[in-house]
Amino acid sequence: MFLADVIGTVVAPVQIPMLDGKTLLLLRPVGPDGKPSGKTRIGIDRAQAGVGDRVLVLDEGNGARQILGDPKAAARTVVVGVVDYVERGGKLDYDHQRSPRTSS
Amino acid sequence: MLIGKVVGSVVATRKDEKLESQKLLLVQVHDHNNKAKDQYVVAADSVGAGPEDMVLYATGSSARQTRITEGKPVDAVIMAVVDSWDLGGANVYEKWS
Amino acid sequence: MYLARVIGRVVATTRYEGLDGVALQWIQPLDEHGAPMGDAMVACAVVSTGPGDLVHFVDGREAALACPTTFVPVDASILGFVEQALSNGKDLADAPVSSGGAR
Repeated sequence: MFLADVIGTVVAPVQIPMLDGKTLLLLRPVGPDGKPSGKTRIGIDRAQAGVGDRVLVLDEGNGARQILGDPKAAARTVVVGVVDYVERGGKLDYDHQRSPRTSS
Repeated sequence: MLIGKVVGSVVATRKDEKLESQKLLLVQVHDHNNKAKDQYVVAADSVGAGPEDMVLYATGSSARQTRITEGKPVDAVIMAVVDSWDLGGANVYEKWS
Repeated sequence: MYLARVIGRVVATTRYEGLDGVALQWIQPLDEHGAPMGDAMVACAVVSTGPGDLVHFVDGREAALACPTTFVPVDASILGFVEQALSNGKDLADAPVSSGGAR
């Protein structure tokens, strides 16, 4: 799993039935310090996350199929949690309470 | 999947027993503009591709999802022979031209 | 799963047995600005899409699960036609067609 910032939403009116009714989020993977790392991707929301949230992302097929409860799901990227805070070496690297989305 | 040209074949007498009777082709990767890249892949063949054919190949665990590569130590498989392709309506490659 | 623009079509009559009738299309993956991200690739289009369309796709083994026959050697599949992709408040579907596929 890795951390990512939710930077947008994706609306697809025509898609495989497995994805119907699911929210797709545009995710930019980040390191603990918030610096972008890795390719921008799309994840299925399973944590009621929104734009501006820092989230926990699972990008692996077996786990994704278990979470979605569908052994045939053609999906791999799932947002599994909204991050409250990230601590590194006793210091807070990220605090949701102080993130732009919460304070504004 | 990526596209490449079959530029040769690979024969290995001493190999993992699971690769016995596996036809292995040497594929030079081409980009979407049909420009050859300095990048080669050894791929198993599931469709009977021949020399000079432009082919589509799949990589990773997907490559083991054929009758001939299931459970075999293979990470690239040719899964189609390309007849033609176009980009934005303009023909880029035509096999029979 | 990633965003991409469909940039072309591939015709291949000789193909692995379970893949009959599946459309093959060139796609150019896009980043959060709508700019090309990595190299173009060929994907199975399991929904109706065509050149110029903004789509989302999955790569790796999961791509085969989107196909009519799931035991097939497929490592990229277009899963949906994207009507709107808001990125930092900007809709990537409105952006001019990426030049990633132009020659």
